[in-house]
Amino acid sequence: MSTRHILLGLLAMGPRHGYDLKHRHDERFPQARPLAFGQVYTTLQRLVRDGLAEVEETGSDGGPERTMYRSTDAGARELADWAGSVTPSAPFVANEIFAKVVVAILSGGDPAAYLAAQRASHMQRMRELTAVKSAKDADLTTVLSADYALTHLNADLRWMTTTADRLATLTAEVEST
Amino acid sequence: MNTTESAHGQPLLAARGLYKAYGSTPALRGASAQLRAGEIVAVTGPSGSGKSSLLHCMAGMVRPDHGQVMYGDEHLAHASEDRLSELRRTQFAVVFQFGQLIPELTAVDNVSLPLILGGTDRRTAHGQAHSWLERFGVLDRAEARPGELSGGQEQRVALARALVTGPRIVFADEPTGALDSLAGEQVMTELTAAARELGAAVLLVTHDATIAAYADREIRLTDGRTGALEVSA
Ligand SMILES: Nc1ncnc2c1ncn2[C@@H]1O[C@H](COP(=O)(O)OP(=O)(O)OP(=O)(O)O)[C@@H](O)[C@H]1O
Ligand SMILES: [Mg+2]
Repeated sequence: MSTRHILLGLLAMGPRHGYDLKHRHDERFPQARPLAFGQVYTTLQRLVRDGLAEVEETGSDGGPERTMYRSTDAGARELADWAGSVTPSAPFVANEIFAKVVVAILSGGDPAAYLAAQRASHMQRMRELTAVKSAKDADLTTVLSADYALTHLNADLRWMTTTADRLATLTAEVEST
Repeated sequence: MNTTESAHGQPLLAARGLYKAYGSTPALRGASAQLRAGEIVAVTGPSGSGKSSLLHCMAGMVRPDHGQVMYGDEHLAHASEDRLSELRRTQFAVVFQFGQLIPELTAVDNVSLPLILGGTDRRTAHGQAHSWLERFGVLDRAEARPGELSGGQEQRVALARALVTGPRIVFADEPTGALDSLAGEQVMTELTAAARELGAAVLLVTHDATIAAYADREIRLTDGRTGALEVSA
């Protein structure tokens, strides 16, 4: 995830303090990991260094919390390029869940038990996300970001279900090669 | 079992060691499941794993070949037909994928019917039916017949009909199976909110994990069997 582009995006609405950007980020992307203040200030300094943002005004004490940043024209162009560019369609083949199933077979472990436990964990997370998005006060940002996570967890689950059904064949194949 | 669950005490409905075959086709081969008061439980599993059969046995619609279904202290597998139909009228409600409304009756008459059969007068029944139709956002379709409703509207009317009697348990078999995912999720949100408000338990059969995630927990069926967890629960 490109924190610099997200911050540039938040600056597109007008100049902001770093403090403000952190809170707006956490509000706009409720399912994402909250940004650390340190990370926000480091990223802002890099944007300034690269000419994508500039300091609008510095507070009287000169401390980072009082400094206001704004996007430059170069920053706006960079942002438009990033937002319009296609994200590589990840092959997802190096998936950890798949690796654990194969390793369990290779090492004489219990892949079925692992898959059942992984399923229970995914389901638990899906219930939590469903509760978040079904809450009466959930706004559309919250709903859509929970939906994004739910859809991906569900894709994992569907894969785990068909794999669990074919473990005998997979075991024979892994053991014979 | 964690402590909060055991603190709920005796389950409302408990199936133990159910076996059921249709001719030579086994549908259930040792399935156990429990439902506590007010709990929403999803039954999931591949097609043909016995989900609907488990729901039918637990709802007293089908008698198992072996095993027990306890509703409180009552053995449902041995209950008389009269008692079972009384339970279905007063304490149990069912919602299926489709085809559960009476085609000749309007939406409001469909929803009123269980109340009228239970002896409520027509005016009162219609009043309650209207408020349930309103709650599910289909009051403006009250005078429509099922054939004139969209799939999502039909499911909402079916939910209103299921809940109008204030049942203790709602048995729902793929209630969103005929809907697209957005409509399905809206129906689930409405069903779970209404059930929690009434304190009704829900046994929800689905093959879709996104729908199962509306429940408090999951019972997984494979080849007519439930996991070891359910047997000891
Ligand atoms: N009335 C019936 N007559 C004959 N066989 C039946 C009957 N009902 C179920 N079966 C068989 O019992 C098995 C379990 O069926 P069941 O309907 O319980 O599965 P399910 O998990 O609900 O499947 P699905 O997801 O496809 O609805 C299947 O092999 C099915 O063919
Ligand atoms: Mg079924």
